[in-house]
Amino acid sequence: MKRDIIQKIGFFSLFLSILITFSFLGMIVYFIFSRGLPVISWDFLTQPPRNAMTEGGVAPVIIGTVYLTLGSMIFAVPLGLACAVYLCEYSPKSFVVNVIRISINNLAGVPSVVFGLFGLAVFVKFFGFGVSLLSGSLTLGILALPLIISASQEALIAVPYSIREASLSLGATQWQTIRRIVLPTAFPGILTGVILSIGRVAGETAPILFTAAAFYKRGYPKSIFSEVMALPYHIYALMTEGAHPDKQRAIAYGCSLILLFLVLSISGVAIFLRQQQRSYHG
Amino acid sequence: MACLSWKRGRGPSSCRAQFLGEHMARVKEKLYEWIFAALAFSSLVFLIGIVWVLCKESLPIFSRVPLGSFLFGKFWYPTYCPPEFGILPLILSSVWVTLGAMVVCVPLGVGSALYLNEVANFRQRQILKPMIEILASIPSVVYGFFGVVLVTPFLQKVFSLPTGMTALNASFILGLMATPTVCSLAEDALSYVPRSFREASFAVGADRWQTLIKVVIPAAGSGISTAIILGMSRAIGETMTVLMVAGGAAVIPKTLLEPVRPMTAAIAAEMGEAPMGGDHYHALFAIAFILFIITFVFNIVAEIISRRFRIKLGISR
Amino acid sequence: MKRTERFIMPLLAGVVILSLTSTACLAEKVVIAGSTTVLPIAQKTAEVFMDDNPSVDISVRGGGSSVGIAALIDGTCDIADASRAIKETEIQKAAANGKDPVAHIVAMDGIAVVVNKANPISKLSRKQVRDIFTGKVSDWSQLGGKPGKIVVVSRDTSSGTFEAFGELVMNKEKVLPGALMQASNQAVAQSVALTPSAIGYVGLGFMSGDIKALEIEGVSPSRETVISGEYAVTRPLFMYSNGKPEGAIKDYLEFVKSREGQRLVEEQGYVGLR
Repeated sequence: MKRDIIQKIGFFSLFLSILITFSFLGMIVYFIFSRGLPVISWDFLTQPPRNAMTEGGVAPVIIGTVYLTLGSMIFAVPLGLACAVYLCEYSPKSFVVNVIRISINNLAGVPSVVFGLFGLAVFVKFFGFGVSLLSGSLTLGILALPLIISASQEALIAVPYSIREASLSLGATQWQTIRRIVLPTAFPGILTGVILSIGRVAGETAPILFTAAAFYKRGYPKSIFSEVMALPYHIYALMTEGAHPDKQRAIAYGCSLILLFLVLSISGVAIFLRQQQRSYHG
Repeated sequence: MACLSWKRGRGPSSCRAQFLGEHMARVKEKLYEWIFAALAFSSLVFLIGIVWVLCKESLPIFSRVPLGSFLFGKFWYPTYCPPEFGILPLILSSVWVTLGAMVVCVPLGVGSALYLNEVANFRQRQILKPMIEILASIPSVVYGFFGVVLVTPFLQKVFSLPTGMTALNASFILGLMATPTVCSLAEDALSYVPRSFREASFAVGADRWQTLIKVVIPAAGSGISTAIILGMSRAIGETMTVLMVAGGAAVIPKTLLEPVRPMTAAIAAEMGEAPMGGDHYHALFAIAFILFIITFVFNIVAEIISRRFRIKLGISR
Repeated sequence: MKRTERFIMPLLAGVVILSLTSTACLAEKVVIAGSTTVLPIAQKTAEVFMDDNPSVDISVRGGGSSVGIAALIDGTCDIADASRAIKETEIQKAAANGKDPVAHIVAMDGIAVVVNKANPISKLSRKQVRDIFTGKVSDWSQLGGKPGKIVVVSRDTSSGTFEAFGELVMNKEKVLPGALMQASNQAVAQSVALTPSAIGYVGLGFMSGDIKALEIEGVSPSRETVISGEYAVTRPLFMYSNGKPEGAIKDYLEFVKSREGQRLVEEQGYVGLR
C-alpha cells in the first residue's frame, strides 16, 4: 500500500537523522579519545609544562580549571538558590516577579563572549581585580546563575505542597519550613542542577579569555588575585599561539581528552541522577 | 492567645517574653523574606549591568562613526590610519554561518527528536535521550579543536582550497554543536503533546506517519520552533568554534568556501589588540551590543512562542 | 538543610584557606602580558629563569601588544610584551597614571614574504610585493613566473604582524579585499604550503620546509641580514617595564638579554641580538 511505503520512508529518514547525529558526535568523542589516550600518562597529569609547552604535563592547567569552577560555584550557588527560593516560596504573583523571570531567561541566552566583555569591564577594570582567579570565577558565576536558578526552581516545585502545609499547620514559620522541610527534600534535585552547571562552566572559554586565563604559569594559583591556566583556554592557546605547532598539537589532544572526559562524566553523573529522581517521583 | 499560658502556673513575665519572642520571630521572618527578595533581584541587576556596560563602552564610537556607516560600512580595517569601522562583513559572516548551521542542525535535531518521541521504544528512549543530553555538554573549544585538526584539512583536500578554514567548516561544526540542544528541546516539546491528540487521530483511521505529520507536528509546532530559535541563538553567539575554524577574513562572503569573520570571532580575536579606551575598543563593545540585541530578540520571541504553546496545550508551567 | 550545610562548609573553608595562603606565600611574583608574537620568547625564558630561581613566580599571558601596555599602565602587569613601539597616546596615559614605561629590545623579527616551494620565482622588489598585495598585479606571468592567478594570503587586519607589514612594505596602502585573511602565522604558512600559486608573509620564527622565503630587494631574510639591517622587512620586539626595573623583574630582563637568554630566543625561531 502506498501509505505503508510513505510511512516506512518517513520513519527511515527519521532513523537516518538520529543515526547521522550520533555517528558524528560519536566520531568527535572517539577521535579525541583515540588521539589523546597515547598522550596521557602519570607525568602528564602531575607535571607542569616544560620546554616551551612542548613537553611535560598539564597539572597547573587542570588545577586552574578546578579552582575556577569551584570559585564560580561558591558565588553562584548561594545566590541562585536564594533566587529560586524567593521565586518558588515567597513570590507574590506580581509584575516584578515576572520581570525577574524574564531576566533570568534572557541571562541564559546571552552569548558567552558578552559575559567575557562584562567581566573585563566590571571585574577586571572597574573593581580593579585585574586578570585573576577572582574575576574569572565571578564572570563564570554569572554565566552559571540562570542554570542554577532554573534547576533549583524545578527541584523546589517538585516538592509536594502537602508537606509544606503539614509543616505550617504544626506551627512552623515559613522560614523554618523552607529550611527544615523544603530545602532538604529538594536537595538532590538542586545538587543535580549544580553538577550540571559545573560541567558547563568547566568547558567555557570565551568568558575567561579576558578575565582569568594565563598562557603559562608554573605553580598553582597562590591567591585569588593571581592568574590561572585553564583547560579550555589552554587548548585554544596551544592551537593558535606559540612557535612549535606540531609538538603543541600533541599536548592539545591530551588536554582535549581530559576536558572532554571531565565534562562528559560530570554531566553524565548529573543526568543519571536526574533520571533516577524523575522515575522516583513518577 | 499567647498569654493564656500564665494560667498554667507560669508568671506574667514569661508571658511578656514569649510575646516579645513571637514578635522577634515575625521580624525575623520578614527579614528573611526581604533578604531572599533582594538576592532574587541579582539576575535582573546583572542583566541591567550587562546592558549598561555595553551601552557605556560602545556609545563613544558612534560619535566618531555614524550608526549607519558602522552597520552598513563594507570595510573593517580597525588598525589602519585612518581606521574604517564597517561591520557589515562581520554581520553577514555571522548570518551566513548561522544559516549554514541551521541547515545542518534543524533536520538532524528535529529529525532525531521525532525519532526519539515517535519511533523509538521505551528502552531506546531511556538510553538515547540522556546520551543526547550528555553530548550536549561537549565544550565548544573541543568542537573547535576537532574542526581544526580534522575537518579543515579534509575540506581543503576535497575542494582543493587555499584554506580549509571556511564558512562551510564553521557552519558544519556549529550545526553539529547545536544539534543536541535543538533535539533535546524539541523532544521536550513533543512530549508535551497530550496522548489524547494521537489517540483521536488513530481512532479516525490515520496511521502513525499521518498522525505525526498532521497532528503531532502542528500541535508541537511552536514548541519545535522555540527549540530552533534557541538553537539559532546559541549558534550566533558561539565564539570559540568560529574563532578557531572560520578563517577570520573580514570580507563580505560570496560563497560558503571562503574564510569569514563572524562578530563573536572579531570580538574575541581583536579585544587583545585594541588599546583600552580607543575607538577600536569601543567599536568591539558596539559589536557585542548588537550581538546582545540580536540574541535578546531571539530569546524574547522564543519566550512568547513557548508561552503561546503552553497555553495552547494547557500546560501551566 | 543539615546536608546542605555539610556541602557548603568545605567550600567556604576552601576559600578561607585559599586567601590565607596568599599572604603566607613569599615568592616574588612577576606578571608578563602582551603581544602574541613575543609570547613564545617570554614563555620559554620565564620557564628557564624559574628553573634557576625557584623563589620567583612568573606568569605569562598573551592578549596583544595593546593589552600588555594597557595592563602596564593600569599596574596589573609588571612587564608588557609588544611587537611595536609604544604610541604617543599611551605614553601620555602612562604619565597621567604616574607610570613610566621603559623599553627593552629583546629580539629582532624579520617578516619573510613566502611562496609555495614549487614557485619558480625567488626574488621580488618591495614595490612588486606591494603591487601583488594591493591587487595591481594579479597573475604570476606579469612577474615572469608560470601563468596562474596569484592567491594572496594575509594576516587578519587586527594583528601586529599585519600592522608591521603594512608599515614596512605596503606604505599604508590597503591589502586587496579578496585576500585570504588568516588568524595566525601558522595558518598563513599552511595555506601557502598547500596552494601552488599562493603568496603570503610570516614571522621568521614560523618558516618551515614547505614554504620558500623570497629575496626582497635582493636580500634574503636570515639571521645575519636581519641583524645588519640589510633585510628591509624587520622589526624589533620589546618588553616594557615600569620605570627602571628592580628585583626579580630586573633579574629576569637581564636574563632575557644575556647570552643564555638570547640563545633561547634563537631556539624559538627569532633573531637574537648577539
